[in-house]
Amino acid sequence: MANLTINGKSYTLDVEPDTPLLWAIRENAGLTGTKYGCGIAQCGACTVHLDGTAVRSCGVTVSEAVGKQITTIEGLGSDNGLHKVQQAWLENDVPQCGYCQSGMIMAVAALLKDNPKPSDQDINDAITNICRCGTFAQVREAIHAAANA
Amino acid sequence: MNQHVTPRLNRRSFVIGTAALGGGLALGLDIPFGGPQVVRAADGSPEVNAWVVIRPDDTVVIRIARSEMGQGSLTGLAQLVAEELACDWSKVTTEYPTPGQNVARKRVWGDFSTGGSRGIRSSQDYVRKGGAAARMMLIQAAADEWKVPVAECTAANSVITHKASGKTTTYGKVAEAAAKLSPPADVKLKDPKDWTLIGKGVKRLDTADKVTGAMIYGADIKLPNMLNAAIKDCPVTGGKLKSFDEAKIAGMKGVKKVIAVDGTAVAVVADTWWHAKTALDALPIVWDEGPNAKVSSESIGKWLAEGLDSGPAFVGNENGDAKAALASAVKKIEAVYNYPYQNHATMEPMNATALYTPDRCEVWCGTQNGEAAFAAVLEASGLPADKCEVHKLILGGGFGRRGQTDYVRQAVQVAKAMPGTPIKLLWSREEDMTHGRYHPITQCKLTGGFDADNNLTALHMRISGQSILFSLRPDALVNGKDPATFQGLAPSGEATIGYSVPNLLIEHSMRNPHINPGFWRGVNVNQNAIYLECFMDELANAVGQDPLEFRRKLMAKNPKHLAVLNAVAEKIGWGTPAPEGVYRGLAQLHGYGSYVAGAAEISVIDGTKIKVHRIVASTDPGYVVNPAQVERQIAGSFVYGLSALFYGGCTVKDGRIVETNFDSYNSMRIAEMPKVESIMIPSGGFWGGVGEPTIGVAAPAVLNAFFAATGKRIRSVPLRDQNITFA
Repeated sequence: MANLTINGKSYTLDVEPDTPLLWAIRENAGLTGTKYGCGIAQCGACTVHLDGTAVRSCGVTVSEAVGKQITTIEGLGSDNGLHKVQQAWLENDVPQCGYCQSGMIMAVAALLKDNPKPSDQDINDAITNICRCGTFAQVREAIHAAANA
Repeated sequence: MNQHVTPRLNRRSFVIGTAALGGGLALGLDIPFGGPQVVRAADGSPEVNAWVVIRPDDTVVIRIARSEMGQGSLTGLAQLVAEELACDWSKVTTEYPTPGQNVARKRVWGDFSTGGSRGIRSSQDYVRKGGAAARMMLIQAAADEWKVPVAECTAANSVITHKASGKTTTYGKVAEAAAKLSPPADVKLKDPKDWTLIGKGVKRLDTADKVTGAMIYGADIKLPNMLNAAIKDCPVTGGKLKSFDEAKIAGMKGVKKVIAVDGTAVAVVADTWWHAKTALDALPIVWDEGPNAKVSSESIGKWLAEGLDSGPAFVGNENGDAKAALASAVKKIEAVYNYPYQNHATMEPMNATALYTPDRCEVWCGTQNGEAAFAAVLEASGLPADKCEVHKLILGGGFGRRGQTDYVRQAVQVAKAMPGTPIKLLWSREEDMTHGRYHPITQCKLTGGFDADNNLTALHMRISGQSILFSLRPDALVNGKDPATFQGLAPSGEATIGYSVPNLLIEHSMRNPHINPGFWRGVNVNQNAIYLECFMDELANAVGQDPLEFRRKLMAKNPKHLAVLNAVAEKIGWGTPAPEGVYRGLAQLHGYGSYVAGAAEISVIDGTKIKVHRIVASTDPGYVVNPAQVERQIAGSFVYGLSALFYGGCTVKDGRIVETNFDSYNSMRIAEMPKVESIMIPSGGFWGGVGEPTIGVAAPAVLNAFFAATGKRIRSVPLRDQNITFA
């Protein structure tokens, strides 16, 4: 059993402490917006925020997440609507298949929190998620749009 | 050591299987445009016809038979229907009909398969007719109600108007009556010049759920009492499952059952997938690796190299006498190129969820071919068509991989072992990388001959290597020849060579290693464009001519090929000085019915680090339905194509694929993405695809620019293996 705080809500989950956080989120908490892509923290599809910092949840154990604020794509927006990154994604028609985009959006939201007006080089350094459809041009446009929103 | 594999019979059994259900495939397309019997959607709204359902609140539901995997054809197809329907685009929503419904209704929605960049081009005619017929019936229903001549009524934006009387109504109000009308016999489509929605870069219809995490992909399905399965197939294709020691994982948390699948694989079913995978990793498995266990990239390479010079070959394109002309050539140039296996590496690994009972089998999955998935369910379940169904979900990437149904069959077999319990089978990334349907491996020897005036008089291309059709669609072979091997090099059809050479011979020595080949975005244009377009540069260089001018002289009889090449040359500034340290390369091809060209600007640091600054790409697909999505397909195709060039390539060792995850099979990141400028020059009169053709020009344009920068000719992919990487 583990107590996790996900999107401000407390969950008591029947899960072993060494389970990757990704699977506790997807299977035990039932929040499937966070995606499995590689399981070895390479692709970034499973990116969530841990106390506001972007992490690849397949590489974090449940025990490491206990006591921290976990935010997933489902909890990124507020009651007033979408987060500005989600809004920019919508307006710039960024996703193609969309499978990597939850992780991409979470990585970008964390970047903008620390660096509200990132340069192209800042984006290159911080955003290392894989997108096989190849949405990078729209991702970059939307990051700048969100930064200016 | 290399085994010549036996063709699989999936396709054949599919045809027989579906023919037995009532002749759907064999009878071809039966397009019904409504009729007196009103068919209702699940919510009770009337179908005006199979493509169009209109709700009382004026919502227009457009049925989409093809699969959406990111390429945007869900939106493009809806635009085609809506253009003729004259409906309010803001009220349009879409839904997938199921493969089971398609069979039950004599293939009313036609072909579900989504590959070969055919989503739009091969259904544009009948979906537009579906929209037009529905519009005519809706107008007729209003005219009947008003008792006025139908010719006096018009429709726009879902509103029908009778100008003389000033009466108006909406589609939602007359849909019920329209659905009862007989379909019109004569359906006329708009002249392309009158299109208002086709050609507009409207936003995609499927974005909202993709930015909130609400979109349900196959891997996200949840069903009551569902269990989860992880699977390992013999890592060497052609091998078998010998034994496994179930006792070693007995008592591991959550484990419900261990199941042998097909005699080649073993699956663990557990409460969660993480438990299933953890137990599967702990399960001792003994494989009989079979006759392919000693095959390696080296042994395959050697076998293919032999085919460059000896043994029989199929002729794909021939004119004049290339061998004689080469024998008498004043100057001869020869080069050997090769292209490796590539994995699709869709971001969402293969998966399918199956619920089997002795009376019914249902599957939920992402698939590029709903009908093939349906046939796989019938075959694996042993149940008839009226007791099976496939529920298609949005795909987390397809690129050709999800046109195959191996994962669907596995899911049904696992579910059959636990009747009444829905089971989600999800492949690990490692399983996905190990059991792909790989881009086929080939080599190519090219020989060009010049006369004393430096005119190219002869070209001989001999391709040696794997055929996709031999393995996946043996019914499509022509006297043993795989015509698709010559994609982009053919004398006629939708993928023709753009050059006229007086003596030409293009042939294929077919050699099929045991690694399963598949249709991989771009398919055979990926290597054929590298072979031909890089060699064209070699030939130009050999006679001291400019690569663009050299090509132009050979392209006079192919004005459409030439037009796209000229367009990129002009935009990239060919013939004008490039910025300091920047070098340019060109390539063109015809594939999937479209004419495309690319020009790259790169710089090279220390001879081993490439910065791709800019790619200009042009395409003439005949018509452009949604320019915003075409632009995204072009840019995306370069990410896929350049990832393959720089990082791709699956190595074979001990009969199995070495690269098992993104740490060894890397993919481009945003930092490596060049600026892509697309030029669309739709010349009209034909319909070409857009998802794939441009992928073929990315690699040769960059390789030609690399030669311009360094004087070094790269003839082997991936660059990873030559220690060349992105700067």
